[in-house]
Amino acid sequence: MQTKTTKTFYLIPYYVWIVLFVVAPIALIAYYSFFDLSGNFTLDNYLNFFTSVYLKLTLSSFWYAFLITFFTLVIAYPTAYLLTKTRHKQLWLLLIIIPSWINLLLKTYAFIGIFGLYGPVNAFLNVFGFGETQILFTDFSFVFVAVYIFIPFMILPIFNSLDKLNPSLIDASRDLGASSWTTFSKVILPLTINGVKAGIQAVFIPSLSLFMITRLIAGNKVITLGTAIEQQFLVTQNWGMGSTIAVFLIIFMVIIMIITGQRDKGANSNGKNK
Amino acid sequence: MKEIIRASIAIVAVCIILFGVNKYLNQSSGNAGSDTLTIFNWGEYIDPDLITQFEEESGYRVVYETFDSNEAMMTKIEQGGTSYDIAVPSEYAIDKMKENDLLLEIDHSKIPNLSNIDPYFLDLAFDPKNKYSIPYFWGTVGVVFNPTLLDGQTFESWETLWDPSLKGEILLVDGAREIIGMGLNSLGYSLNSTDEKELKEATAKLKELTPNVKAIIGDEVTPLMINEEASIAITFSGQAADMMWENEDLDYAVPQEGSNLWFDNMVIPKTAANVEGAHEFINFMLDAEVSAQNADYVGYSIPNSAAVELMDEEVTSDERFYPPEEARENLEVYKNLGLEMLGKYNELFLEFKMNTN
Repeated sequence: MQTKTTKTFYLIPYYVWIVLFVVAPIALIAYYSFFDLSGNFTLDNYLNFFTSVYLKLTLSSFWYAFLITFFTLVIAYPTAYLLTKTRHKQLWLLLIIIPSWINLLLKTYAFIGIFGLYGPVNAFLNVFGFGETQILFTDFSFVFVAVYIFIPFMILPIFNSLDKLNPSLIDASRDLGASSWTTFSKVILPLTINGVKAGIQAVFIPSLSLFMITRLIAGNKVITLGTAIEQQFLVTQNWGMGSTIAVFLIIFMVIIMIITGQRDKGANSNGKNK
Repeated sequence: MKEIIRASIAIVAVCIILFGVNKYLNQSSGNAGSDTLTIFNWGEYIDPDLITQFEEESGYRVVYETFDSNEAMMTKIEQGGTSYDIAVPSEYAIDKMKENDLLLEIDHSKIPNLSNIDPYFLDLAFDPKNKYSIPYFWGTVGVVFNPTLLDGQTFESWETLWDPSLKGEILLVDGAREIIGMGLNSLGYSLNSTDEKELKEATAKLKELTPNVKAIIGDEVTPLMINEEASIAITFSGQAADMMWENEDLDYAVPQEGSNLWFDNMVIPKTAANVEGAHEFINFMLDAEVSAQNADYVGYSIPNSAAVELMDEEVTSDERFYPPEEARENLEVYKNLGLEMLGKYNELFLEFKMNTN
């Protein structure tokens, strides 16, 4: 039998870890955000954030993150659904996951070649009589590459929740005369919504702070909060402003976590008896 | 219970080992003092054979480390840790390092080869009498272009870039000083302007350039220009020389309204452990033959007139990279505008970037 004290004792390493590597860094960021360039205490950084440049930046970050998440979801949901229907689903899943083991930067650089004026995509378009098209450094290429990179992170949680779905519930729905659409919207989707939410979290939040792809694929024509933070720290050396943007990024992330959080624990059973 | 204690001990042990390793690494990379020389330089910015030659001649062991921005270099030197004996910052960074008291004075009596340097490059505003710095390489900011992809445009004026026929053709370097500076120059203002009105005008002017901008990137410019993915790029003269080496169609021009003239100089940071060796190294690099060999390898322009005489006439008479003194009159050196102003420049640049889409 474990007493309460030994239990607390066992938790000490985790507390130490969390305090050192989660709480302390966030506290430091918040602390730095109150200082200006010459090290005086100030709230100017926060006022500055609400000027047009940073507000516009935030809006555009959200817009692109939304686009990326939307397209990832549109592609990932049917893919995950089909995966659960295949015979060797673990193998197919593995094939989808393997590319995510390759370094992100490497994949991004590959797209510079693929989308280039003399790259395979343009060669393909040429066959159909389109002239050379500028694909690299456009919104399209940016969203495309980001979606490509995030797809595994969306497929995985959705696949898991679909896989756990009890097939007899679908049969029951059909037996009771529901159309395929009704079955999907009233049975399958509500039971897998937690997977979708987890997927959205895993894609939307990192999309807000993407920064290497914005330069390599979008040619810095798309600016995210991540790029702005990098600039403030490395170029301008204004740690205060950089931290302020980071604080807002953290706040946005918390809000997204709350919105997509699991409210109803009962829904977690995915229709299977516990 | 036992496991917890064991785990805790393991964590503490790992920390201690890492601490020790860190200390050992720091020591072996320079702290050892008088028989090693630690050099902190830009990437691809020295002929490695010369390091070997210096090691043989002087008997020092050279530790060579590289950085990719003045800011990163300054941060590392400020933090201490490694005792760099030599660093190669650009002019405005030297000014800043002087302000922050990060540099040691250079004893000119130990550097007889200083007489090889063209007086034009000595006693400049950022370091009067070269108390703290000795010239290493220099260059300009200008336009690399591919005449075969363009119909006859030349870039004697920045204004050409605004030509509507160049839609989506221009690659810009991702630097606030360079691009805002270009906007200021195109209006005939100084690229060190701190005047609110002039900066506003320059930003407005840059906004009109946005349809012509293909991308704003860093070193990726080089392969894109070589592979003819774009026809125009705003970049540094040295990078331009690299591209022209790979693709002979390319050409380089510095517009007449003016542009940036930059210098990278050798300095001895306060952290230096081997001041004697640092002087020897500086003197070695100023030797005419050594300097010529280095310029051959790196491809940037050297301020060493004795070395220029030893080099291939074809290279040194190329006015694109060795502009005559009259042509340099329109060029300006970046001044250290202070962090506040640098922040302002970056904010304007950010605004410009957000308008490019």
